[in-house]
Amino acid sequence: MGRNRITIIRPSGKWSLINLKELREYKDLFYFLVLRDIKILYKQTILGFTWAIIRPVFSMIVFSVVFGKLARVSSDGVPYPIFNYTALVPWTYFSASLTGSIQSLISNVNILTKVYFPRVFVPLTPITAKLLDFAISFSVLLIMMAWYNIWPNANIIFLPALIFLMFITASGISLWLSALAVQYRDVRHATQFIVQLLLYAAPVVWPASLIPAKYRLLYGLYPMAGVIEGFRSSLLGTRPMPWDLLLSGTLSAFLIFFTGLSYFRKKERIFADVA
Amino acid sequence: MLPEGLSIRVENLSKKYRIGIKDEIPDNFLASVGKLLKEPIKNLKRLKGLTRFSDREEKDVIWALKDISFEVKQGEVLGIIGPNGAGKSTLLKILSRITEPTSGSAIVRGRVGSLLEVGTGMHPELTGRENIYLSGTILGMKKAEIDRKFEEIVEFAELSKFIDTPIKRYSSGMRVRLGFAIAAHLEPEVLLVDEVLAVGDVAFQRKSIGRMGKIAREGRTVLFVSHNMAAIESLCNRVIYLREGKIVKEGKPDEVITAYLKEYADGLPYSSLERHPGRRRGMEPVLKGIRLLNKEGKPQSVFRVGESILFEIDLDPRGERYGKPRVSLSIRNSLGIQVSKLATWIEGIKWEKIDSRARAKCLWKDCRLVPGLYYVNVSFSSDIPIVDYVENAISFYIEEADIYGSGKLGTGIFLPDFHWEIKPYEEN
Repeated sequence: MGRNRITIIRPSGKWSLINLKELREYKDLFYFLVLRDIKILYKQTILGFTWAIIRPVFSMIVFSVVFGKLARVSSDGVPYPIFNYTALVPWTYFSASLTGSIQSLISNVNILTKVYFPRVFVPLTPITAKLLDFAISFSVLLIMMAWYNIWPNANIIFLPALIFLMFITASGISLWLSALAVQYRDVRHATQFIVQLLLYAAPVVWPASLIPAKYRLLYGLYPMAGVIEGFRSSLLGTRPMPWDLLLSGTLSAFLIFFTGLSYFRKKERIFADVA
Repeated sequence: MLPEGLSIRVENLSKKYRIGIKDEIPDNFLASVGKLLKEPIKNLKRLKGLTRFSDREEKDVIWALKDISFEVKQGEVLGIIGPNGAGKSTLLKILSRITEPTSGSAIVRGRVGSLLEVGTGMHPELTGRENIYLSGTILGMKKAEIDRKFEEIVEFAELSKFIDTPIKRYSSGMRVRLGFAIAAHLEPEVLLVDEVLAVGDVAFQRKSIGRMGKIAREGRTVLFVSHNMAAIESLCNRVIYLREGKIVKEGKPDEVITAYLKEYADGLPYSSLERHPGRRRGMEPVLKGIRLLNKEGKPQSVFRVGESILFEIDLDPRGERYGKPRVSLSIRNSLGIQVSKLATWIEGIKWEKIDSRARAKCLWKDCRLVPGLYYVNVSFSSDIPIVDYVENAISFYIEEADIYGSGKLGTGIFLPDFHWEIKPYEEN
């Protein structure tokens, strides 16, 4: 198998958005890269996987005090802590996977300059590995729902699609930024600050119902808006499913993903030279 | 495209790199402010320029490879030699698709495994077992393949006791063993190897060379970059000599190696031993350097059969006082067989002591070894116990010379000065 495969090497050779056959051939590598990320993340820590819960839970406590109690931000009729935590679960995943993957090519440079394998695996590894943290913090959300006696409604069937949209959004942005960060290290310095801005741009501490109706489609171009409001709709049932936000969000998420993928594939051939 | 029986075809392959040019430094305050403002724009240009080249000649561009063409048959072991910066590693990186050529093309048949370092992708926090799977898949193996070879890899690395220990607790030697064991069990059709044999102690190097030989005998195609001429000579069927990105010579190993060594004869006859990888563990670094000269005292590392060789060894006792010092040179051929020993105590030379820097000289009159590459191990001892020992301290090449006046040379290890006579019985 592969014994008689012919590989042609030439400058900017045949270009493709994605080589599925090659990805399949290397699928075991992807599995072990994700496993590595999961295993090393909490090595030599006292609290281990509890860290996956601590981050969103403590953010929730701070936000509940500042925005819920002091600033009295509207929470669409549910208690502020669960209103906020429902948003923090996807948000924490999104911000953690972004910070992890933007760094990924730079921190794996010793492998990139020594061996060939499909480079897309590198930024996609932290994004996939962080799904475990997501699952853990999500289970805390279920406990909180039971505590507040809130039961999910029929919209819960859309939850897997929302998680998929969240994954595609994080992947698309990471493909863009990780490839840029190899050549322009400014991206690394900007990451933290961009993620901070994106937090307040997303309806995490406030409800999207504050956005005037005529701007909703435009606002939805930020895919996390639809994801977060979708989570609230399917789990808390505060509002109907925000189809308008999700429509423009899905469009822009896929646009970012495919342009990011093509930019990444165009740039990957020079990673070893500039990194 | 690629005819049957050929494994690699490289055509007019070139690779450009941009090297940084020095910035002008502002010499007054106003210029500094101006530079500060212009900096971002200049940086953007510079970073973009890393991968973009214009057609006109640019002064900060170097050709790592220029118009290289060659073919490799299936099952052939091709050695690549040349001075540092000749483009050897770039060539392997292009063939393993780590980096892209600027122009030209290469066609490769079959799975390519590249071994550009030992332990690629290993993570210190993970256990030996986890690292075998991680590094193995990074090098291109499948999980099922590693499952099958797992026991074999662990046994080869001699690490079965520590296989579930995080490798950050391993000694550096253990890590190298694990890394090499993984790599040695790769089974690609084409294997690209870069100087990995240079790591580790001498025993490990021997083991790796043995493994390489086995891979070659299995009929895989191997491209092997090394500065170790003995390894090149004993493993390769054919050698390419690269210099400044171009092929200078291509052909039989001994011919190409001689050409290379001759060209670099001015640089090679001295070897500093101060941080030599061949030094045995736990030795005091008394041996400082070794030099090869001809009878006239001119540095040289290629000698003709029958020429005399002068060895000069610099000693630095570093404030210690060593009684009854002894110096010994042991000469090995490219197969690792000791062919001669030149030691002070064999000649019966006795020194009282050494307590300051000194130079020991040894003249080997009429060295009549058969043409080939030889390695010198040097040792220094005091009152018999060995103080310092360096393996492969320096190498030299003996080239053919018509010592018998017949245009012929014998085989074996050395070429004796002999004379035949044949006469009928009656005349005796």
